[in-house]
Amino acid sequence: MTAQAHTPATGALARQLPPITQLQVGALALVIIGGVNMASYFPRRPPLGLPIALLAGSAAIFAIAAVMLARVRNFAWETFFRVVRWALLAYLIQASMIEYVFVHNHASGAPLVVVTLMLVMFAITIPSVIAFTVARYQVVARSGSHT
Amino acid sequence: MSDDAHAVASTEADSRGEAPPGPVIQVVPVKGLPIVAAIVVLLIVAIAENWQWALDWYHVAGGGLWTGIDLFVGLVLGPILARLSIPARAEFSARFLPKMVLIMPTVVVMTLAAGFQLAVNLGNLQPSNPNHTWLVASFAVVGVMSVIALGVLEPANIAVLFEMRKPRPDGEVIAKLMKRFIYSAGILGLMQVATLAIMTRVATQ
Repeated sequence: MTAQAHTPATGALARQLPPITQLQVGALALVIIGGVNMASYFPRRPPLGLPIALLAGSAAIFAIAAVMLARVRNFAWETFFRVVRWALLAYLIQASMIEYVFVHNHASGAPLVVVTLMLVMFAITIPSVIAFTVARYQVVARSGSHT
Repeated sequence: MSDDAHAVASTEADSRGEAPPGPVIQVVPVKGLPIVAAIVVLLIVAIAENWQWALDWYHVAGGGLWTGIDLFVGLVLGPILARLSIPARAEFSARFLPKMVLIMPTVVVMTLAAGFQLAVNLGNLQPSNPNHTWLVASFAVVGVMSVIALGVLEPANIAVLFEMRKPRPDGEVIAKLMKRFIYSAGILGLMQVATLAIMTRVATQ
C-alpha cells in the first residue's frame, strides 16, 4: 500500500479517534470551575454541594475518556506513558503547591478533602491530555484491528 | 483512514512539504530545572514565613512576566509565526517552545500561590472587602485561561516538540498544532487585558 492509494495530504492528521481530548478538557474545566468556586469562599467554609457535583462530573467524564482511550488500537502507548510519567511529576508538584497554600491557611475537614480530590483530578487530567495529544501523532506498527 | 496508511503517509515527505529534520530537540531544558527548583523552594519559604516583600515580589514579578509573555506571544509573535513558512516555524519553535515548557508553569505558580497568600494576608478575600468581587472575577478569568493554556496550548506545544524530534517531521502535523498554539496564545493574550484591568483596580481600591 502506498500513500497515493489514499487521499493526499493526510498523514497522522486523518486518523479518526474518539473525542478523548474534548472529554479530558471537559473534565479539566469542571474541576477548575469547582476550584474557583471553592476559592471564592475562602477562608469561610464553602457549601460543598456544587463542588462535589463538579468533582464527580469531572471524574465520570475522565473515566469515560480513559475507557475510550483503552479501546484504541495501534496507539503509541510507550510514548503516552513516557509523557504521562514526566507530566504527572510536574503537575503533582504544582498541585502540591496549591494544596500547601490551602493547608498553610488553615483549610481543614471536608472542604480540604474536596480541594485535595480536585487537585488530584487536576494533576492527572492535564498529563493525560498532553500525553494523548503527543501520542496520537506517533506512528505505530499496524497490528490488525484499529479504532 | 487505516493505520497502515497513517504510518505510510507520514513518511511521504516531498509531496507535502514536510518540515526538514532539525537538530536534536530537548523537550524540557534540563539546565533550567535547578533555577525552577530554587524559585519554588524560595516561594514555599516566603509563604511559610509570610514574607510580605517576597510575596509581593513573586506576585508582581510572576504576574508581570505571565501577562507580558502572553500578550507578546499572543498578539505580536503569534501573528508573525502564522505568516512564516513551515520550515521557518519549525526552526523557531524548536528553540522557543522548550523554554516555554519551563517558563510558563513557573511564572503561573509564582503568581497564583503568592497572590492567594497576599489576598489572605491583606484580607481581600473577606466578603466585606471591596476587592472581594474583583478577586473572584480574577479567579474566573484565571480559570478560563487555565483551561485554554493547560488543555489546549501546552499539549500542542509539547506535541510539536515530539513531532520535530522525529527523523522526518510531518509538516502538516506541525502546522496544525502550531495553528492551535497561535490561536490559543492570542486568546490568552486578550484575556490578560482583563487580568490587567482587574489587578490595577484591586491595587488602587
